[in-house]
Amino acid sequence: MSGISDARPLAIPRAVEKIEPPRPSSPRGMWWRHGLAMLALVWSLFPIVFIISAAINPSGTLNTAELLPKNMSMINFDVLFSDTSRPYLTWYKNSMIIAGFGSLASVFIGACAAYAFSRMRFAGRRPGLLALLMLQMFPALLAFVALYITFAGVGDVFPAFGLSTSPGLILAYLGGAMGANVWLLKGYFDTVPRELDEAAKVDGASHARIFFTMTLRLVMPILVTVFMLAFVGLFSEFMLASIFLRDVDSQTLGVGLWSMTKGNERNRLFGQFCAGAVLASLPVVLLYLGFQKQLVGGLTQGSVK
Amino acid sequence: MSPQDTQDTRGPEGPTGVSDGAKTKSLGYGRPSGTSPVWLTVTKWVLIALTVGVLAIVAQKTIEQGAWIGVVIAAFVAMCVVVVYGTRRAVPLKYLLPGLILLVTLQIWPIAYTVATSFTNYGDGHLFSKQVSIEQVIANSVREVPNAPRYKLSVAVKEKSDPATAEIFYLLTDPAGKTYLGDKVGLSDLPAADVEKAPNGRITKAAGFQILTAIQVNARKDLSTFAVPTKGGGGIKSVGLSEAFEGKAIVSYDKATDTLTDSTTGKKYVAVNARWEPADGQGGAFPQGWKENVGFKNFQNVLTNETLRAGFLKIFAWNFVFAVVSVGSTFVLGMLLALLLNNARLRGKGLYRSLLILPYALPGFVTALVWSSMFNQDYGLINKMLHLNVDWLGDPWAAKAAILITNLWLGFPYMFIVCTGALQSIPGDVLEAAKIDGASALRTVRSIIMPLLLVAVGPLLIASFAYNFNNFGLIFLLTGGGPFEAADTSIGSSDLLITYAYRLAFSGVSPNYGLAATVSIFIFAFVALMSYQGFRRTKALEDVN
Repeated sequence: MSGISDARPLAIPRAVEKIEPPRPSSPRGMWWRHGLAMLALVWSLFPIVFIISAAINPSGTLNTAELLPKNMSMINFDVLFSDTSRPYLTWYKNSMIIAGFGSLASVFIGACAAYAFSRMRFAGRRPGLLALLMLQMFPALLAFVALYITFAGVGDVFPAFGLSTSPGLILAYLGGAMGANVWLLKGYFDTVPRELDEAAKVDGASHARIFFTMTLRLVMPILVTVFMLAFVGLFSEFMLASIFLRDVDSQTLGVGLWSMTKGNERNRLFGQFCAGAVLASLPVVLLYLGFQKQLVGGLTQGSVK
Repeated sequence: MSPQDTQDTRGPEGPTGVSDGAKTKSLGYGRPSGTSPVWLTVTKWVLIALTVGVLAIVAQKTIEQGAWIGVVIAAFVAMCVVVVYGTRRAVPLKYLLPGLILLVTLQIWPIAYTVATSFTNYGDGHLFSKQVSIEQVIANSVREVPNAPRYKLSVAVKEKSDPATAEIFYLLTDPAGKTYLGDKVGLSDLPAADVEKAPNGRITKAAGFQILTAIQVNARKDLSTFAVPTKGGGGIKSVGLSEAFEGKAIVSYDKATDTLTDSTTGKKYVAVNARWEPADGQGGAFPQGWKENVGFKNFQNVLTNETLRAGFLKIFAWNFVFAVVSVGSTFVLGMLLALLLNNARLRGKGLYRSLLILPYALPGFVTALVWSSMFNQDYGLINKMLHLNVDWLGDPWAAKAAILITNLWLGFPYMFIVCTGALQSIPGDVLEAAKIDGASALRTVRSIIMPLLLVAVGPLLIASFAYNFNNFGLIFLLTGGGPFEAADTSIGSSDLLITYAYRLAFSGVSPNYGLAATVSIFIFAFVALMSYQGFRRTKALEDVN
């Protein structure tokens, strides 16, 4: 395919372009695209509008919530912050700590492994890489019973790393740290010319020096991407968090918000819940909008939320 | 490992001055190879010493708890750290070790442990060893000795834990006013400074504990079988809500014949199916059983037990349909939108794209919880806006529809993103060639764009399938697996295998870890099979291209 397209004379596409010059101001032939796109926007945005309007609707229950509120107030937010039996700010802090430290550690472990796999040749390199790919089919999630029992046991000996603790949950997440992103990272590491390493080596730099002072800087874009993917993933993780975090004060936003929708609370606390949901969405939405390019690049290369 | 394999076995040449100086300016010219600055060496050894020190503390603590496996692991890890980082050998391992240790202990070990658990009866009534079950039965069989003193009792759990499920503690005050703490292992002193007592001596507050209200105590069904073992074979049991007595056990254990004997009735109990069953077959077994290996019984149960098999197959079928329809619907919508917006003359594409990504940017739990409220029959937005009265979460088919609609909303932006990326990477001249050859727009999409698109996103579709197959959060937060049929409350009509396994293990009144692990194994097997087939197919697709 590439051979044929390379051989094509360049004149034809140029000519076609001239026949149809870009006419940015002309809406002709575009109106139906705009129409359908608007329809798609309505579909994708109405739940979001609903959450926001329920959050600022002072009546604060599900049966009075509407798509567009008649009144506006911040009372739901006040209630949210002052509810002592549902420590929202503590949940927020826990979520940020778990997702932040978890993804930092995960990026570092992944980068170390990618460096070894990309730059060094050793026995078991290829099988190791393939084994990591295979292991991704068996998410630690599926071993949740074993993880629960193990960490219950760990907690008996080291209360700081047991169930209902942030360090314990971070540790549980880190099991897959090396495998999760090593392929994505290794692909990027491979694009950094080996000649740079060779030159540094000739100049007497050790492998650690090359890694920490040179390679890590050169691959910074992919590190940022992987960090954000990991952050978004951990911030939104619910299953292990709900199994591990039994105590109210140790819970994350996901588990905490879920507890606000159980049974009869769902109707009564709806405004408060929506206020919490809006604030909980902010970090991830901001990350997405701010780093759209990097995240989209990461997503298309094979990472699924 | 040959010498050139590793980066630290450098030649003796040092700086040569012919290397590309511009690129390596900051890389430490002029130091002979193989030596590092002193502070780095010192830091390295301090870190190694610290790690070994921490592991020594870990070992110390695990020894105190008698957990020998922890000691072995700690010693092994410490040895690895010293060998890998203390010497100049094994350079790749220096980078792989942290990830490797975490991988082995937190991903491979749990999988192995899951497999092991699936061959046991681990679960409610089978939580402890046989020895503990004997102690529990004996402690629980205590009868009050007439005129024995009674304790004032407060039932408590650890502070900030769940009153409905957390481990129970008895806070006791004897007639002399001395306070004790009792748990399933035994009795210990509770310093008077840590507690507040009511005038009658009953503890009303204790540091680190949360005292249950009468309603909470009544809700704890496990209290009836709870007793604090005391020295001499007796135990402390509760009488009502606020008093407890210490009594003598009427059941005794005979090691030689491995039987329990009830001294009041003379009845003997023998070990059958990990429980103490009456030897004469009359009456029920003691509720306290023990954990033991049951071989393939769990697997056999799933495959042959009528109700279990029917439910399992039903869940499996829906699980499969759910994953396929989710991937299919999100892909079609995402692709159509990508095609729609992939036009050079369309204005405002950037804005459209940013807004269309928003559903994907919301955390998954927010989406599921909000949609679950919107699907509420009486107050929900969907019924209100469309003037319907569908019981979305209470009707089996409507619940499935609700899940698929929500997942379409949640997942189409991802497909939109990847399709847009793939469309933009299709070379323009291919499309122009089609145009010149007179292909219609539809024909171009079908014969040129679709094949190229599918090759690009094929692996992502498989990954998406594997992800959705275990999409726990969505189902659990949206429908909770329900609605449930009255006849069989363990199997919900929108359950996935993973939510089913979760409920088996954590949500029910009687957790069955063994069966939950077995269901996990089935998921493992199925996902592995699908992924293997899928990846083989994409390889074929790539080769064709």
